[in-house]
Amino acid sequence: MSGVLLLEQLLNGVQFGVMLFLMAAGLTLVFGVMGLINLAHGSLYMVGAFAAAAVSAATGSFLLGLGAALAAAAAAGALIEVAVIRRLYARDHLDQVLATFALILIFSEGTRWLFGSFPLFLDVPGWLAGPVALPLGIDYPKYRLAVIAVGLAVAAGLFWLIAGTRLGVQIRAGEADREMIAALGVDITRLYTLVFALGAALAGLAGALVGAIQSVQVGMGEPVLILAFVVIVIGGIGSIRGAFVGALLVGLTDTLGRVLLPLAMVHVVGPQAAATAGSAVASMAIYILMALVLVFRPAGLFGKV
Amino acid sequence: MRRETIVNAALALGLLAFPLWAHWAGEPFYITLATRAAILALAGVGLNLALGTGGLVSLGHAAFFGLGGYAMGVLAWHAQMYTPMQVFGMTVPGTKSMPVIWLVAMSGGALLAALIGALSLRSSGVYFIMLTLAFGQMVYYFAISWPAYGGEDGLSIYLRNGFPGLNTLDPLQFFALTYAVLMAVIWGMARLRASPFGLALAAARQSPARVQAVGIGVFPLRLAAFVLSGAVTALAGALFADLNRFVSPSMLSWHTSGELIVIVVLGGVARLYGPVAGAVLLVTLEHVLGGVSDYWQIFLGLGLLAVVLFARGGLIGALAGRAVAHD
Repeated sequence: MSGVLLLEQLLNGVQFGVMLFLMAAGLTLVFGVMGLINLAHGSLYMVGAFAAAAVSAATGSFLLGLGAALAAAAAAGALIEVAVIRRLYARDHLDQVLATFALILIFSEGTRWLFGSFPLFLDVPGWLAGPVALPLGIDYPKYRLAVIAVGLAVAAGLFWLIAGTRLGVQIRAGEADREMIAALGVDITRLYTLVFALGAALAGLAGALVGAIQSVQVGMGEPVLILAFVVIVIGGIGSIRGAFVGALLVGLTDTLGRVLLPLAMVHVVGPQAAATAGSAVASMAIYILMALVLVFRPAGLFGKV
Repeated sequence: MRRETIVNAALALGLLAFPLWAHWAGEPFYITLATRAAILALAGVGLNLALGTGGLVSLGHAAFFGLGGYAMGVLAWHAQMYTPMQVFGMTVPGTKSMPVIWLVAMSGGALLAALIGALSLRSSGVYFIMLTLAFGQMVYYFAISWPAYGGEDGLSIYLRNGFPGLNTLDPLQFFALTYAVLMAVIWGMARLRASPFGLALAAARQSPARVQAVGIGVFPLRLAAFVLSGAVTALAGALFADLNRFVSPSMLSWHTSGELIVIVVLGGVARLYGPVAGAVLLVTLEHVLGGVSDYWQIFLGLGLLAVVLFARGGLIGALAGRAVAHD
């Protein structure tokens, strides 16, 4: 395979990984601070994508659509936090799994009811359409490059938020000892709603950005949700840094695995079988990566043991 | 008699009486519905051993359910195409015999559960949930991208498989068979829960450290429970595929795992007949609400939320009061 194609796939992997990070960051924050496993995080991703598709179709502006995605996902997140999630913090994981599974059913069927079963399409704006010439003779889609840039910028912003602001101090304190920070006069209820809405907004942003590459449809959030879980398991629960490294690892492994494994297997089993066996093994590659990380570092790469 | 015993007996008799009535009334569709409930209950009984008694919240049991389904699909497909399989260099013919299929499904389920369990049980709590979910999803994607057995489209079987001495094509006889399997497994579970193994497993849910301290290894205990649980769920999967004469990756999807948990929790976690109550309730809701609105899952979701937030203990908990020994 040519080096140019490989570099392109490398960029695709980074783009996928950056989007996974936006999903995983919210999940890992919510788990780290509130101790909650939220299966409905994929629904917030879907809400973001649908809001972006609906608003940008109505106004013709992609940026307005992005804004709507952020606002809608954050609002939906705050709403379910106040109405449902808040009652689950003190419950065991089984109740959390069940209640958030119920939320998925409500969100998915509600969206189907509002928008129908047909996928919507979110168009890439004109000023981001087409390829851009990179060094080494690579022609790469401008939009995907922009997605990488936005994702990296958001990641940097998040690191700054956690490490350098008052809210970040409160979030880290909440992870360490929630009784103590409540005793110190921080409004913990408001902090939880804020963290949840922040995570939701990140998921909504990811949904809107990916929505322009794929189609916007009901259930689009669930495969991403499960990949985000894999990211968190690899990175270590509660660690933003772990989520970033894990997301890039998963994004690269998945993208490159799908390209390279069928090629590599040609030498082992012959071209006919390689196409099928290669794609089957490639679909399992990230889970094998997860199992390996788990065997050697049970708490994840950056997890606290 | 304890109230739970009365509720259990009423459930067992009710599940038996309903298809008999349907047969008498000439409504074979309702017999199929009852069969579906009995099979889902069996899958729930399997999950309940890990989830209820063992406290292991597995969000990946669809893997075992689907594996059972594929055991039936692959064996019956080879039999109906008259093409033997090549397994490790040996030529193995397909089969249309249920007992053989069940054996293969249960061994396969146990093997997969041993593999997934050995990796996932190294962790606990929320890690365990995510790991079982992820490994379940791995099996799902494997089934989708492996084209030999239908890939995304699944496998169809023309005729339901046979059981010696029964005409399984007759809805009532097939129901009787699944009901007998369900009751036999529930009886086995009751014995298992009262055995030293079951007691140790329940104790490990409440306090792993103490169980370890009296000299019982928690990891092998949980792994054994997980393997048994996977085998029973795989058996249910084989029956489920036989009921529909169809198996597809949707049996492996994580929605199926979620539904199995819903069945166990709606009925009552760790209750012997909890999955039966839950399966009957879910199939009834599916049928009644599905007739009212295409978007019936909204109501299912709302009901589920209400149960989780306000009515803990499930249906059996509501009918029979709190369990005697519950943490």
